[in-house]
Amino acid sequence: MAESNSGSNSQIGTVRVKRGLADMLRGGVIMDVVTPAEAKIAEDAGAVAVMALERVPADIRRDGGVARMSDPSMIEAIQETVTIPVMAKARIGHFAEAQVLESLGVDYVDESEVLTPADEAHHIDKWAFTVPFVCGATNLGEALRRISEGACLIRSKGEAGTGNIVEAVRHLRSILGDIRKLTQADAAELFDWAKRLQAPLGLVQEVAETGTLPVPMFCAGGIATPADASLVMQLGAQSVFVGSGIFKSEDPAPRAKAIVEATTHYRDPAMVAKVSRGLGDAMPGLELGELDTKLSERGW
Amino acid sequence: MSPLVGVLALQGASGEHTDALRKLGVRALEVRMPEDLEAIDAIILPGGESTTISMLLESSGTFEPLQELLSQGLPAFGTCAGMIMLSNKVLDGRTDQRSFDRIDISVRRNAFGRQIASFETDIDVIGLGEPFPAVFIRAPGVATVGPEVEVLATVKLDEQPEIPVLCRQNNVLVSSFHPELTDDLRLHQMFLSEL
Repeated sequence: MAESNSGSNSQIGTVRVKRGLADMLRGGVIMDVVTPAEAKIAEDAGAVAVMALERVPADIRRDGGVARMSDPSMIEAIQETVTIPVMAKARIGHFAEAQVLESLGVDYVDESEVLTPADEAHHIDKWAFTVPFVCGATNLGEALRRISEGACLIRSKGEAGTGNIVEAVRHLRSILGDIRKLTQADAAELFDWAKRLQAPLGLVQEVAETGTLPVPMFCAGGIATPADASLVMQLGAQSVFVGSGIFKSEDPAPRAKAIVEATTHYRDPAMVAKVSRGLGDAMPGLELGELDTKLSERGW
Repeated sequence: MSPLVGVLALQGASGEHTDALRKLGVRALEVRMPEDLEAIDAIILPGGESTTISMLLESSGTFEPLQELLSQGLPAFGTCAGMIMLSNKVLDGRTDQRSFDRIDISVRRNAFGRQIASFETDIDVIGLGEPFPAVFIRAPGVATVGPEVEVLATVKLDEQPEIPVLCRQNNVLVSSFHPELTDDLRLHQMFLSEL
């Protein structure tokens, strides 16, 4: 065996380690689950991770009231049930909830607009944590502000709990469209871009140079069918979060597996057609115009 | 003509491996379906979720033909989840999780703990001069090593036993860590030099 002192200089919680887990989740599906039994169904269907929460967004929307971090015992029961990464949500700005989630050993914290915000001006200082964070964004400026605060994964917000993909498409097109425009801007124009995006100049310049966000970008909010997954992957998302879309459908297990297949084979319409057959009813879905609360407007 | 190296692209960080191959002037092909295997001279199995990749290998009908090619001696390099899939035994994996049995090691998933314990460190590798920057993410650990297996690097963290993290048996190379997340191409070169 090799004679070595390898490991003596090891570091946890580095940017590379935090963003790296997001890289390992690419091309996969992260599923919202509210019980260990659902977590098992998700893992069996090929989910790359589960998001443990008390109520899926559709129920949060229906029930109203203040939505908070889940009960630790519920998160622990899910951690004991599955071997894949377990994520959990903290309220925007609620760093104490995030500290609790970190102490539980969750693999990613979602500072999420689906829960009721705890701070109307400040997001969590995510650099202060060993656990990595994912945050939602509706546009490039919001994405870059979250990255400047330490987010290691961005998800386009969409409109959670609606089963309606229209907002997710709007947000993805906005973020990716502006990235394409940035790559065409000259040096002087980037100062103006930074001002308009309300984002740090350094990050704006970096995106202009590389043509991509410095962290992976996934899509969330409204995915309900395999074709929805194919759509957002073709638009440029690198993975998908599915919240209410699976466990609010008629037959969750086959739908979960079909969305996993469609996310992998998103460029292959025949494959998406094949996995879309006979899945039963998708979640009913909501028209955006009928909503009292737009969750995607939370976050600053 | 340079060799054509397949990169399994069902799920996970396949893009970093294809980038590494292209930087080394080697042709890369993303593998998702059985027909993608036809012309390849070697394969890389990337990091990702091994349970997910294992399921997608089955459902795409790629598991059996890839198993056949590997048993005929197709050179393979597996990182993290890829190491799990090339091992001969997965400890505490899912009961339906299959592996290709191409290197005589048993592997424990998430051997170093959850994400908050994920780490990076410089490691000494037999055959390389300077230390290698190794990034471990919910990494698997090698539990047992068969007599034919060369251990090329180990890691010893505080209070834990020394664990092999880079192993080779014939033309199969596996690492617990992610060389593809760094700019260091030496392990890819080591793998390609055998082709």
